[in-house]
Amino acid sequence: MKLTHSLLGATALCAMTATAAHAVDLEVTHWWTSGGEANAVSKLADAWNATGNKWIDGAIAGGGDTARPIMISRILGGDPMDAFQFNHGRQAEELIQAGLLLDLTDVAEANHWKDIVQPSSLLDACTYEGKIYCAPINIHSWQWMWLNNKVYEDLGLPVPTNWNEFVDTADEVAAAGKIPLAMGGQPWQQAGAFNVLATAIAGQDAYLAVNRDKDESVAGGPEFAKVFEAAAQARELSQGSNVQDWNQATNMVITGDAAAQIMGDWAQGEFALAGKTAGTDYTCLPGLGLNAILDAGGDAFYFPAQDDPETTAAQKELAALLLQPETQVAFNAAKGSLPIRGDVDMGTVNDCTKKGLELLASGNVMPAGTTLLSPDTNQQVNDLLTEFWASDMAPADAQARYAEIIASAD
Amino acid sequence: MAVTHPAEVAAPDAARVRRPSRLLRNIPAKIASIPMVLIALVIFVGCTAWTVFYSFTKSGMLPRLQFVGLDQYDRLWSTPKWWTSIENLAIYGVLSMILTMALGFFLATLLDRKVRGEDVFRTIFLYPFALSFIVTGLAWQWILNPEFGIQAVVRSLGWEGFSFDPLHSRELVIYGILIAGIWQGTGLVMCIMLAGLRGIDEDIWKAARVDGIPTWKTYTHVVIPMMRPVFVTTLVLVASGVIKLYDLVKAQTDGGPGGASEVPAKYVMDSMFGAQNLGQGFAASTMMLLSVVIILIPWAYLEFGGKKRG
Repeated sequence: MKLTHSLLGATALCAMTATAAHAVDLEVTHWWTSGGEANAVSKLADAWNATGNKWIDGAIAGGGDTARPIMISRILGGDPMDAFQFNHGRQAEELIQAGLLLDLTDVAEANHWKDIVQPSSLLDACTYEGKIYCAPINIHSWQWMWLNNKVYEDLGLPVPTNWNEFVDTADEVAAAGKIPLAMGGQPWQQAGAFNVLATAIAGQDAYLAVNRDKDESVAGGPEFAKVFEAAAQARELSQGSNVQDWNQATNMVITGDAAAQIMGDWAQGEFALAGKTAGTDYTCLPGLGLNAILDAGGDAFYFPAQDDPETTAAQKELAALLLQPETQVAFNAAKGSLPIRGDVDMGTVNDCTKKGLELLASGNVMPAGTTLLSPDTNQQVNDLLTEFWASDMAPADAQARYAEIIASAD
Repeated sequence: MAVTHPAEVAAPDAARVRRPSRLLRNIPAKIASIPMVLIALVIFVGCTAWTVFYSFTKSGMLPRLQFVGLDQYDRLWSTPKWWTSIENLAIYGVLSMILTMALGFFLATLLDRKVRGEDVFRTIFLYPFALSFIVTGLAWQWILNPEFGIQAVVRSLGWEGFSFDPLHSRELVIYGILIAGIWQGTGLVMCIMLAGLRGIDEDIWKAARVDGIPTWKTYTHVVIPMMRPVFVTTLVLVASGVIKLYDLVKAQTDGGPGGASEVPAKYVMDSMFGAQNLGQGFAASTMMLLSVVIILIPWAYLEFGGKKRG
C-alpha cells in the first residue's frame, strides 16, 4: 500500500511538471458498483486526483445492460460525459462512425501503446480505420469457475477439478442443502455462462465458427447439442438461486450457500474483498478445467469529443494516465483483472491471477464475444438464453432458435 | 377588412361574405395559439411520422437511410419476446383496468358515505400515487421477496408451509407486477370517482330515498349511469398508463425471470439502446402507436365527438 502511494505521488509530480495545466474536472461514467469494483475504480480516481485534476464519479448501478443505454443516450443527446467505460469491441462502432468520440491516436503514439499493449488484439479492438479511439484498461476473461473449498471439505469430497467432476458430485452438494451452482437472474450472466460452457465443451474452433464466422450449421450441430445439454444440466443445478446481480451470486459462493459459480475473473475482486485466499478458501478453474483458454475481453475507456480544448487536453492526459504502470498495478490488483501491458510486475499475485497470467503469456487466448457479435445479435442471444435458463425449454428447441439467430447475425 | 381577404373573395357563397370570416374571428387568440399548434405539429405529428418512416430502414445506433421494407416488422412479429410482451400487456392491461376501476369506485363509495376521518383515508389511499413507479417497483420487489417479504412474515407467524413467490415464477410474475400497479394506481381512480360522486345532485339521493330504493341499488342503477363521463375519463387515463408501462417492470423484475415479464415499451427501449437497433425499436413503437390508434380513437370519437352534435 505504502509503495503504491509513493508511486502515485511520483506520477503526480511528473504529471504536474510535465503539463502544468489547469485543474480540470472530468466526469467519468462506468458501471463498476460492486464492492471490489468500486474499490478498483477509486484507485483510478486517486491517481487522477493526484495530478491536480478532479475525478467526478458517474457510476451507474445495474450492470452494463443498464448503463450502456444511459451512456449512449447522453452522448447522442448532446450531453456527453468526459470519459466512459465500455467493453472492447463493437459496442462503440457507430459512435465512432458518427464522429462523436475523441481520436486518441496521438496519445497512443506518444506513449507507444502499440509496443506495450499485450495482447495486441486489445488495441485492435480500439482501432477503427487506423485510428485509436479507446484506452484499454484491463483484461477480463469469462472462462472461470469459482468453487468454495469448505463446502466440499465439509462433505468429505475432494474439490472438483473440472466441470464433469462438479456435475458428478452435485447431487451430494444438493443433498446437504446447498445450491450447487449460483446463478444471477440477469440475461448477460446466463448467456455468459453458456458461452463458457461452449468453449469448454465444444472447444475453441466450434465456438469461433459460431461466433466469428456465424456458421449456423455448427450452431445447430452435434457439438453445440452437447453444450445445450450441459446448459440444461447447469440449469437444474442452479435451481433456487433467486438472486439478480452477479456479485450477490458470488456472495453465495463466498458464504458457502452455494458451491460454485461460473463467472468472469472480476468475481475474484469480491473474494479478495471478503478476505478469502485463493487455493485455500476458494478454487478457480479456468476453462472449467476442461479447456483452459481465456477470451481476452475487458474494459476500455472512450472519450466523447468535446468543444473545450482544455477538456480535450485533460481527456488525453487521463487516457495516458490509465496505461501508466502504477495505475495498471493498483487498479488491476483491486479489480482481480489482468494488466494490459506485459511489462508490469503485479508483485505477489495469488494463485488464480497467476494462472491467468500464465495462460495469457502462453497465448491461450481467443477474441471475446463482445468483439465478435454485434450488440443486436448479442441481445437476441441473451434473450433466448435467459428464457432457456428460467423456463423448462427443451435443449433441442433452444438450439434450433440459437442456430436461427446465428444465421441472421450481421 | 374581411371583404378584402383573399379567402373570402374566392369563397363561392356570396351570402357568407357579409358575415366575418371564421378564420379572422378572435385573431389574437389564434395568434397566441400558433406556438402550441406548431409544437403539436412538429413534435407530436412530425416526430411520429419520422419514427414511422425510419421503422422501414436498417437503422442501427444512429438513424440510417437504408430501406429494408417490412423486414423490421417481419422480425418483430417472429420474435418470441415481442409476443410475450404483448401477452403480458394484455393481461396487465385488462386486469388493471377492471381492478383499479372497481376498487377505486368501491373505495370512493365508502368515503362518500360521509365517514369520519375522510381526509385521513383519502390521503392514505392517494399516497401511493405520489410515489414514482421506480420506487413502487423496488418496494414491491422487497415485499414480494420470499426471504424478507410477505412469505417470510406469514411463515414467522406459524404457517410454515406458506409459499408466495410470484416474482420468481414465469407464470405468476405479471400478477406480481399487477399487484404493485394496482396499489399505485387505485388512489387516483378513487379521487376522480369521489369527485364524480360529489357531483351527483343531493336531490337525486333524496328522490331515491323517497321512492324507497336501497342505497346499493341507487348506486348501480342511478349513480353509475350518471357518472359515465367520469368513468370514460378514468378509463382513458388508466389505459394510457397501461400502454406506457415500463419503469415499474424495469424496477421490479427487469423483465425477468427469463424474459417472462417483458412489456412492449421495454422491448422498444431494449432494442433502441441495448441492442443498438433503432429500426427494430421504431417498428415496435409504431406497432404500439397503431394499437393505441385502433383501440382509442374510434372510441374517444364516439364518446366525446358524438356529444357536440347531439
